[in-house]
Amino acid sequence: MPDGTMPAHSRPSEDATASTPRPGQTHFVADVSQTPVAVVDKVDESAPASSLWRDAWRDLRHRVLFWVSAALILAVLLVALFPGLFTSVDPRFCELRNSLGNPQSGHPFGFDRQGCDVYSRVVYGARASVSVGVLTTIGVVLLGGLMGALAGFYGRWFDTILSRITDIFFAIPLVLAAIVLGQVFSEGRTVLNVVAVLTVFGWPQVARITRGAVMSVKNNDYVTASKALGASRLSILGRHVIPNAAAPIIVVATVSLGTFIVAEATLSFLGLGLPQNVLSWGHDIATAQSSLRTNPSVLLYPSVALALTVLSFIMMGDAVRDALDPKARKR
Amino acid sequence: MVRYIGRRLLQMIPVFIGATLLIYLMVFALPGDPIQALGGDRGLSPAVADQIRSQFNLDKPLIVQYLLFLKGIFTFDLGNSFSGQPIFDVVARAFPVTIKLALMALVIEAVLGVGIGFIAGLRKGGIFDGTVLLVSLVVIAVPTFVIGFVLQFFVGVKAGWLPPTVGGDVSLKSLLMPAIVLGAVSFAYVLRLTRTSVAENLSADYVRTATAKGLSRRRVVNVHVLRNSLIPVITFLGADLGALMGGAIVTEGIFNIAGVGGTLYQAIIRGEPTTVVTFVTILVVVYIIANLLVDLLYAVLDPRIRYA
Repeated sequence: MPDGTMPAHSRPSEDATASTPRPGQTHFVADVSQTPVAVVDKVDESAPASSLWRDAWRDLRHRVLFWVSAALILAVLLVALFPGLFTSVDPRFCELRNSLGNPQSGHPFGFDRQGCDVYSRVVYGARASVSVGVLTTIGVVLLGGLMGALAGFYGRWFDTILSRITDIFFAIPLVLAAIVLGQVFSEGRTVLNVVAVLTVFGWPQVARITRGAVMSVKNNDYVTASKALGASRLSILGRHVIPNAAAPIIVVATVSLGTFIVAEATLSFLGLGLPQNVLSWGHDIATAQSSLRTNPSVLLYPSVALALTVLSFIMMGDAVRDALDPKARKR
Repeated sequence: MVRYIGRRLLQMIPVFIGATLLIYLMVFALPGDPIQALGGDRGLSPAVADQIRSQFNLDKPLIVQYLLFLKGIFTFDLGNSFSGQPIFDVVARAFPVTIKLALMALVIEAVLGVGIGFIAGLRKGGIFDGTVLLVSLVVIAVPTFVIGFVLQFFVGVKAGWLPPTVGGDVSLKSLLMPAIVLGAVSFAYVLRLTRTSVAENLSADYVRTATAKGLSRRRVVNVHVLRNSLIPVITFLGADLGALMGGAIVTEGIFNIAGVGGTLYQAIIRGEPTTVVTFVTILVVVYIIANLLVDLLYAVLDPRIRYA
């Protein structure tokens, strides 16, 4: 070197031992740490292992839509679980002299035709909608997920039969079926009846999505490797296939949770859903219909509550779908 | 192609039988005895009840009843409803109205949904796109009956632009608002589907090829992108026709339309099993045929799909 300096990576002052040949060595062999291999060879173990979910989370954290919907969902769940925290007015305490009364202190949304406090009814109505939505979604994911996973994983005649059954249930519109079946429980309907009816006719969509996801996952190399290692089919299904096929199922479950809440409200609106003694937004909207022309606010509040709840779940599903889809991910 | 159609027709048979049997069992599992209910509080004498039962085949085992019902469907001999009207007449009165309504809703949601979704997809990430997406979410989240009441009140009653109810006057003008309400939710889905599809196809290889060989952007977008983006939309629209006809119950109730939904709802409430089963069966057939047509349309839209 003309100026007498040496390249930085072989400064003798620090690495004297490394650059001198060791006993038995005829040629100089650089230590691995001083070769370009070191850079390639080194795995940065301090960085977190990347997985689909971790990537998705990193993406979700930067989405406004996600935080808005998460906050809304949390608020709705809180109201549904502890309505007493949000109002001290009894939703069933109605005085006719307050009929269609304007808002006043303690009664921010005014009164409905029967003189019940609208705000308190909106707060207490959350529980019915949310529980129907959540329970139906659980039922649909369990039933549809099981059917779809079995059809996609085992294939052949099993798949043929299950797919035809799915087609049959698909051919009957959900609300129509629920109306017909709702009549079966016409006396003494409960929340669980409504959940059962919606589950029985709501599962095919989840089943189709699960089937598709399972079929695309089961041909992956790690499944073949697991098979070669002698894992049983059931353990492959449980440990590899279902966790990796879960993403689209979660997305469709979140979105359909909103749809089921709308379906319940529609049934209650038609008088074929929840029993009259259960406080529900669907009932309140149906009753408010008669006073729409004079007091639209009575219809407005339960409708807005219902729409916001459904919106929060659909937005959440949307955000999660975009985050899980590498193509749609914005970086 | 012919073999494909044949196979699809064969596949329709189990779905048809399964769906109608399911409906049949459900309807006839309804609580209460519809025959006894005919007599009101006094009830019917056993002889009369037996006679009516045998008239409606209700004295036979359920599976025989179902087979007789299928025979009636295929020979267009639908029998009478409990109130004595030929069910064929009831069908002939109700279906034209609902078909008109559903087709109007379908056209509205297809034209507006594809149009707006197409523009939004071309400008993905822009202000227009964001606004449209948010609006579509709101439309999905607000239940149909709320949209119906609000439109009926503001457009029909307050502004008086359109008749607030339909009643006996089944004209295009009076059906316009119900059709908008009926198609609103599907419109949002069509819009979102088109938008996603267009945005995805814009970066497809064939679009780059088309641009590279010197086609104008207008032609690339209007012909190549739009045509390919319509494939999933067509699937949705086909499946939706059946859903629109079956889902018209709420809309027809709000706007007082004497169509399938209204008749069906009354039949369910009044316990008219024969009418219910016939109506639902026709709806299922519409759904199945619409799906078949969609599958065949695929070949026209996407030359890559060949039927073996």
